[in-house]
Amino acid sequence: MIINKNEIAGILTKLAEEYRVIAPVKKDGLVQYAAIKNGEEACLDYANTKKPGKEILFPQSEELFNYTVSAEGVRMQDNVDKEATIVFGMRPCDVKSLVLLDNVFKNDQYTDVYYLTRRANTLIVGLGCNEPASTCFCTSMACGPFAKEGSDIFLTDLGETYFIEGISDKGKELLAKLGLSAASEEQKAAAAKLQTETKADGSINIEGLAEKLGGMFEHPFWDSLHEKCLGCAACTYLCPTCHCFDIADEAKDCEGCRVRNWDACMFPLFTLHGSGHNPRPGGKARWRQRLMHKFNYFVERYNATACVGCGRCIKNCPVNLDIRQALAEVRALD
Amino acid sequence: MNTTEKIREIAKQLLTDKKVDLVVGFAQGSLPLRSTPYFARTPEQADNLIWSATCENNLANFVRKRSDKVAVIAKGCDVRAMVALIKEGQINKDNLTIIGVPCQGMIDRKQVCEAIGCQEILEATDNGNELILKGKGFEKTLAKEDVMFVSCKTCQYNTPVIFDELIGEALPGKEANYDDIAAFEALSPAERNAYIAKEMSKCIRCYACRQACPMCYCSECFVDCGAPAWIGKGAQRVDDNALFQTVRVLHLAGRCVDCGACERACPMGIKLSLLNRKMVKDVKELYGAEAGVNLTDPPALNTHKFEDKEDFML
Ligand code: SF4
Ligand code: SF4
Ligand code: SF4
Ligand code: SF4
Ligand code: SF4
Repeated sequence: MIINKNEIAGILTKLAEEYRVIAPVKKDGLVQYAAIKNGEEACLDYANTKKPGKEILFPQSEELFNYTVSAEGVRMQDNVDKEATIVFGMRPCDVKSLVLLDNVFKNDQYTDVYYLTRRANTLIVGLGCNEPASTCFCTSMACGPFAKEGSDIFLTDLGETYFIEGISDKGKELLAKLGLSAASEEQKAAAAKLQTETKADGSINIEGLAEKLGGMFEHPFWDSLHEKCLGCAACTYLCPTCHCFDIADEAKDCEGCRVRNWDACMFPLFTLHGSGHNPRPGGKARWRQRLMHKFNYFVERYNATACVGCGRCIKNCPVNLDIRQALAEVRALD
Repeated sequence: MNTTEKIREIAKQLLTDKKVDLVVGFAQGSLPLRSTPYFARTPEQADNLIWSATCENNLANFVRKRSDKVAVIAKGCDVRAMVALIKEGQINKDNLTIIGVPCQGMIDRKQVCEAIGCQEILEATDNGNELILKGKGFEKTLAKEDVMFVSCKTCQYNTPVIFDELIGEALPGKEANYDDIAAFEALSPAERNAYIAKEMSKCIRCYACRQACPMCYCSECFVDCGAPAWIGKGAQRVDDNALFQTVRVLHLAGRCVDCGACERACPMGIKLSLLNRKMVKDVKELYGAEAGVNLTDPPALNTHKFEDKEDFML
């Protein structure tokens, strides 16, 4: 199917009457996902959003439930978000990150009702990248500028128009309702050409990396890797696959709520025990955890790297600690 | 010899003579317009050191609480921070060798981004006064002084205030300039409040500002304390974000060296300098004090003088 770019805003406005529509918007100089009512707000001409797409299903701060205590007893109200949602124009790396996060929020040990309810009620419209940035290395990470895994509908930018594909049943159903016109053979061919020929950096070789890291826990490499790291969480908070969180109660008098907030392995507090002991006492143990989690533990557990190659950690690190270089150094070690 | 070559030579000599165990400086970064802190421990590694207008991080962060002998390639603001840290007992001056570099200012990538419509830069050349930026289908030349960090545009201590060796000629100092803060002060309280709230709404509480600040070194930051929880941990409440910065600014009263490292590190582009520089200006006006400009003045809030103003007291 095909759609003119100038029709998109109208369609989004229409959809917003029925769904919560979330799209990238330009706000205060940053491109960020936001719920929109008017399709004109959507900004589809962007390289990557500042904050990753994970925040849509797994917000940075989320009230899980609230409660009041009174003479009659305790009242509790959960906060599961069931609103039917369409995410429009998400880049393939962010879409892929949700596929990876699914493993974390639903597995043999744990089922996260908050994430999964949103997941079930959210339809994702992916948007391929005609011009991957120099910091993008999704092609190396089992993803790619036109990877469709996880998208319900997928858009390919043909200049004046978008070529639209229904991927999942859910996506096809929505498309059927929109009554779009069919793409010509020429347009189909143009889309296919873009999809096969556009590549991001594919030179980061991760073959055998997980096994290698597995034997490297005590390697002196870790002594120097972290040396310039400041120990902030810019890399982890802005990473679409990092998913650690902390749970806190916020209460005043007889009212309160339980909140889940993003947390990060780069913070000392993350592993601080009540006894005062910290099993990851410094930057060395923390950076090792970050790299190991992404390229060894996650691979062992879910058979995929917990990195989609979006490049956000590279662009946003205040000291330019580049994860691609860290991986190359690991590879170069005997 | 250019600055980079001189730095390498001096660093090599220090390492060869075993006068220091380590030279902290900068190496070429992995992206255009980026450098990265670098730790040279051998004369060979010293060859990776560089100097450019992208050496933006405050290296004082890496010399705090070390027991080895360290040399540091330091610009004006790095040295101010180290001077302040020496006075606070965080750096042992006997183990420190300062190789000072008179600094012409560092380039603010956010301003560069705005100036070129945020197109991706694939190649950047610095020809002294100008930056030539190339990307897919564009080439643009920018005057370096137009895209410098605020802290650099107003810097009065480009030449390190103390050093063991200085690379190149000392630069003339500039007049104090707090026009940005004066403009902010001129806004009504409601306008200032709205501006701060807008900035704080972008905060993700990654704490890069705190981590990048050479003067933020409390062993436990109040935001990390769980019992009592002084502050909400989430980033969704603008008030909590603002409270975090307010307490940070207060903890830095009379200690902030106006290096801008906090603002540089913020991934969300929040204008933190308005808060910190406001405090710097206030401390200067109220106490006639500036942090880290010499080894003799006691830190502003560690002392009392008869001339100190009392009009803020009841
Ligand atoms: S590790 Fe870096 S490149 Fe990989 S997904 Fe996370 S932010 Fe993106
Ligand atoms: S963003 Fe950079 S400095 Fe901050 S924790 Fe990550 S690697 Fe370290
Ligand atoms: S604040 Fe001064 S010394 Fe520091 S980088 Fe800017 S110009 Fe250089
Ligand atoms: S660096 Fe910026 S986003 Fe991060 S905590 Fe500080 S102000 Fe907030
Ligand atoms: S608060 Fe900011 S400007 Fe002041 S010393 Fe810390 S990093 Fe430098």
